[in-house]
Amino acid sequence: MTGLDLIFAVVGLITAAAAIKTVTSTNLVHAALFLAVTLAGIAGVFLVLSADFLALVQLVVYVGAVAVLFLFGLMLTRAPIGREALDSDHRGLALGVSGALFVLLSGLIIAAFGDVRVDTVGGPRTADIGLALFRDWVLPFEVLSMLLLAALVGAIVLSRREDGESGEVEDVTRILLADDPDLDGVDDADASADGAAGEVRA
Amino acid sequence: MSLVGPLLLATLLFSVGVYGLIARRNAVLVLISVELMLNAVNINLVAFQNLLFPTDVSASGHMFALFIIGVAAAEVGVGLAIVFNLFRNRASVDVDRVDAMRW
Repeated sequence: MTGLDLIFAVVGLITAAAAIKTVTSTNLVHAALFLAVTLAGIAGVFLVLSADFLALVQLVVYVGAVAVLFLFGLMLTRAPIGREALDSDHRGLALGVSGALFVLLSGLIIAAFGDVRVDTVGGPRTADIGLALFRDWVLPFEVLSMLLLAALVGAIVLSRREDGESGEVEDVTRILLADDPDLDGVDDADASADGAAGEVRA
Repeated sequence: MSLVGPLLLATLLFSVGVYGLIARRNAVLVLISVELMLNAVNINLVAFQNLLFPTDVSASGHMFALFIIGVAAAEVGVGLAIVFNLFRNRASVDVDRVDAMRW
């Protein structure tokens, strides 16, 4: 048990606990925040494995962008909170499937790699990663950029509201903006001020 | 450093993701579970690269991890757009009630 193993055990335990809380939390926002902790813990695991470039990419892309995106998603969909509202009836089945999967996979891993130990943890430097990315992997890199562009356009097309598609939502928007002339809750003071302004303008 | 530690952590994260995928009924939480599973695979790739093949000049493990991160970002974008459409049409993101195309 070396010092690196010890650090990895601490980071890994934090990550695992946060991951379990992510899927068992009964509060949506807590689940998203635990996901952010899990992703940051995975960045720490990358650091322990001396993959510093990937750790920074993980922090920027996941903790910085994806976790915030999930928080936006949870707040915009206004879902109910509570175990019955968040979990389906298949909780026992899910526990059985994931438990069996964990036992099977960990048994296989221990049987296959149980005695593998390395003395020094090394890896490609960031300069080597950049060289490899633009020399050996340049075609997948360009394909990935096209995929991101397609996802961007697809997300915009999916969430665009077409004319007359949902009048309800437009009504709600108009009431929120308070420019509906039939609106009941208009203040008299506001109305008189509007009238005064109109007279001045006239 | 032992190779089994990172692999077992990745297995645990993957199993937790499978649990969340089946047990959750909120569509956004299902997407979160998918993210957990993708990250578990990334830990595997980096562990194999840096512990078993640290001198590989083409850095295949790191490259695959980077591409998986990019694909996951695209997946979250499109997935959340679909969830917003679902919420706009049904006023609910309960995946158990979206069964119109179920056999």
